[in-house]
This record gives sequence, C-alpha cells and structure tokens, in this order.
Amino acid sequence: MKHEIFEKNTILLAIAILITVAIGGLVQIVPLYFIDSTIEKVDGVRPYSPLELAGRNIYVREGCYLCHSQQIRPFRDEVERYGHYSLAAESMYDHPFQWGSKRTGPDLARVGGKYSNAWHVAHLIRPQDVVPESVMPMYGFLANKELTFNDAGAHLATLRAAGDPYTDEQIAAAAADFSAQASGEGDVDAVLARYPKAVVGDFDGDPSKITELDALISYLQMLGTLVDFTTFKPEGEMAR
Amino acid sequence: MANVEKDPVSGTQTTGHEWDGIKELDTPLPKWWLMTFYVCIIWSIGYWVVYPSWPTLNDYAKGVFETTNRLEHAKEMEAVKQSRMVWTTKFEGKEISDVAADSELLNYAMAGGRVIFADNCQPCHGASGSGAKNFPVLADDDWIWGGTLDAIQQTILYGIRSGHDEERVSDMPAYVTDETITPEEADKIADYVMSFTGQGTATEEGETLFADYCAMCHAEDGSGLKDMGGPRLNDGIWLYGGGKEAVLSQINKPKHGVMPAWVGRLSETEIKQVAIYVHSLGGGQ
Repeated sequence: MKHEIFEKNTILLAIAILITVAIGGLVQIVPLYFIDSTIEKVDGVRPYSPLELAGRNIYVREGCYLCHSQQIRPFRDEVERYGHYSLAAESMYDHPFQWGSKRTGPDLARVGGKYSNAWHVAHLIRPQDVVPESVMPMYGFLANKELTFNDAGAHLATLRAAGDPYTDEQIAAAAADFSAQASGEGDVDAVLARYPKAVVGDFDGDPSKITELDALISYLQMLGTLVDFTTFKPEGEMAR
Repeated sequence: MANVEKDPVSGTQTTGHEWDGIKELDTPLPKWWLMTFYVCIIWSIGYWVVYPSWPTLNDYAKGVFETTNRLEHAKEMEAVKQSRMVWTTKFEGKEISDVAADSELLNYAMAGGRVIFADNCQPCHGASGSGAKNFPVLADDDWIWGGTLDAIQQTILYGIRSGHDEERVSDMPAYVTDETITPEEADKIADYVMSFTGQGTATEEGETLFADYCAMCHAEDGSGLKDMGGPRLNDGIWLYGGGKEAVLSQINKPKHGVMPAWVGRLSETEIKQVAIYVHSLGGGQ
C-alpha cells in the first residue's frame, strides 16, 4: 500500500506518470523508425496531380469517407469483389488517409477505371438513376460549381512540407497542369510525364468550364490504378 | 497502513482512510474475476510467442507460427483457385461457343456470370441488363456491336472507347459544329430518322442527306451496321432518349459512351462466364 506516497505528493506522481508513459512510448514508437519492413517500397505510387488533389479535397469536404472506405483488406470476399488488397504505400501521399471505417457504400480503393466518366456524372447527379437501391445523396451541385484552383502551387508546396516529393517544376506548373488535365488541351504530355497514369480529358461532359465534378471524377478515376499488380510482388517480410 | 480495521457489519477490512468520519471498505475482487484476469495474462504470453508481437531495435518478434495476414490470405486464395480448377481448367483453351455448348460448363458459367455481372456490370447496365438512359439495355436484341457470344466477349474484353489497343470505337461526327451540314439540314435528317418508326414526316431531302452523311454507319434503312458500331435507328430503341429532340441533340452534339476494358480486371474464364450470362439475358444471337 505504498501508493499513499504518490497520492500525497503530486510532483512525484507526475514524474512517475512521465516515466511510465515514456517506457510505453519508447517501446511502441522508437522501433518504427528503424524497422525497414513496415514500409514496403512499391513502384508506381506518385503524389496527386493538382486536379486530382482538388478532387480529393472535395472528396474530403463532402465526407465521402463516412460511407466509403478506401482500404481493401486481405480477405477473399473483399479481394474477389474489389481487387488486390490495398498496400500501405498506396496511401502514403494521403494527408489525411481516407481508409474510412464504414461501408454504407462500396469500397472505393480501386474504383478507378471501373466505370466510365459518364457513369460517374450520372451517378453523382442522381445515384438512383443508375443504382435504384442506392441510398447515396445527390451531388449534382458539383456540376454547377466552377473550380478555380489558382493556389494549386501553394497546395503542392504545403504538401511538400508534409513530406510529399513534389518538385519545384511540379509546383511551378501546378496551375497549368490543373487546366491541361481537365481539358485535354495544353501541354498534356508534360502532365503525363509529371503524373504518370493521370486520366486526362473533360470529365463531366461540359468542356466549357472546369467544375468540382471534373476534379472529383478525375480523382475517382485514378484511385487504385497506380500500382501495376501484374508485376507487383510482396517484398521482404510482407511476402511471408 | 494505519487504522486498518475490520468492519463489524460486513466482516471485511477497511482501507484505513477516514474523511470526516467516513471510512471505506476494501472489499476484495471476486475470485472468479481475478482468475479470469490472470488467465488472460497467461494467454497473452502465449500470443506473444506464436504471433508477431514485440518490436525489437530494428526488427520485430515474428512468432513461432511465422504467419501474417497476407500469407493467410495467399493460402486462402490458392485453396479457392485449386477448388475452382476443376472447372476453370475445362474453360482454358476452349472457344466460348464450345463452353456454351457443354451443358455442365454452361451451368457453371451462368452461376458465376450472374455474380460477376452484379459486381461489375450492374452499376451501368442495371439488374439483369435492364439498362438505363445512356447505358445500353442488354436484355433486348438491339446490339450496337453485335450480340453473338464472340461479339459480346470481345466487347467485354476490350471495352468501347476504353483506351485499350483493341478497343471498339466508333465516332459520330459533329456535322453541325464543323459546318458540314446546316442546322436546317440536321432538322430534316432528324425528321427522316423519326420516320423509320413512323413518327416523323420523311422528306426526299432528308432521305438524300441521310444517305450522304449517315448511311455509311447506320445503313440506308437505318438498321445499323454492327461492324462499324453504327446503332440501329429503326427499332424504336434509343440509347440517348427517344423523340425528335433527343435525336436532334445527338446529331448536334453527339454523345459517345465509354465502356472500360475488363481484360486484366477479370480473368479470361470470368469474362467467358459473364459473356455467356449476358448472352442469356434475352437478346443473345
């Protein structure tokens, strides 16, 4: 019954708490900086293009993660429905990640390329038009919200501060890449060189302006498409 | 501790604390609870031993089971693959028509095809291929690219305007925008197209214009040319909406549907299964 010593001496109590928490922290956190195999290196994953990033911001803003997860777990039923299980590297440039914890709607980790742009437009405007049993709300207003991403470069620079490897060139060309990817006009080759596998073109069926719908669909259409799973092999400890 | 005493009423000891004359009983935890607690601790030690657990300086304890989620998953998928081999090996190297002719394989293809369709095709083409505006019905016999088993398989494999090298692609020109024809002429063509189904008044001028500009893909009588991907116009089935206005809109500002290529996403056997299922929905030729 020695705890009377701590109960009657708050300074001592604080020091003891600090020591206890520090031990827990050291054991849990410090090894993560030294264990190589927790970070699997995967070819193909790249930071988001400015248009995809704008779309991702809309995805976060609208709270899509509340109903849609972006994490396929290594279970048969999930892999057979959604595709290869998600890799940690695939969300390494997500700030914050969109793994989600609830699936009112399906997982979206590999929705990229699964449906046409026109389907996404119809579905976002009124989901029940194409999926009658859907309980998803309508997002048609996105088609009317013109998107100017003038501070695209600043967004990229901020993400670079958070650790994303954007180059000076990518930051300088951010605004141009943004409109080139959304219209298919301008220096598209440069966009694809900077952001391989980016989907280019008018997404929402209205080439006259860039809308939030364009950006969101550009993001959805690249989800889970960056890693080539015909050549991917789990490495090191992950392969066991 | 000072002042610990036996409480005369309950018979248990007090904690020895006293505040304003109030003393606190120090009732011990129930034995069953304590035992469960200790058993859990012992169990957890076993867990550390067999599963990945403690981090070490630059590695971690891998556990004597040497297992990971991925490994278990790989084993499970391998087992599934083996159990399906009974069927999938029979699909390999077989033409889709031979598969459909074999009643046993047909059964297997239909059961699997239905599930594959629901997971992958239903969002656009609707339950049982009922379609939606802008997305073709698969349960009727109006086929843009052909309704034979081979044609359906081809479409599923490589898609339509999918960007795949083998994609099916047709391109309806924007005749009005590029000033090949005038808006008035477009209107006459629309009237002529409507006359195929007895809804518009066919003019001679409309007929000539249709023959000049549309017939190479849609055929002179509007029955369509599947090799060109030119949709049939004389059966009253409309992808982008019926009525003269919708037809005129398609002439003025043509829409081009896109279907993804499924090769790579689905296996060849799965594509055969789903093609046979689609063929069975009502319109297979």
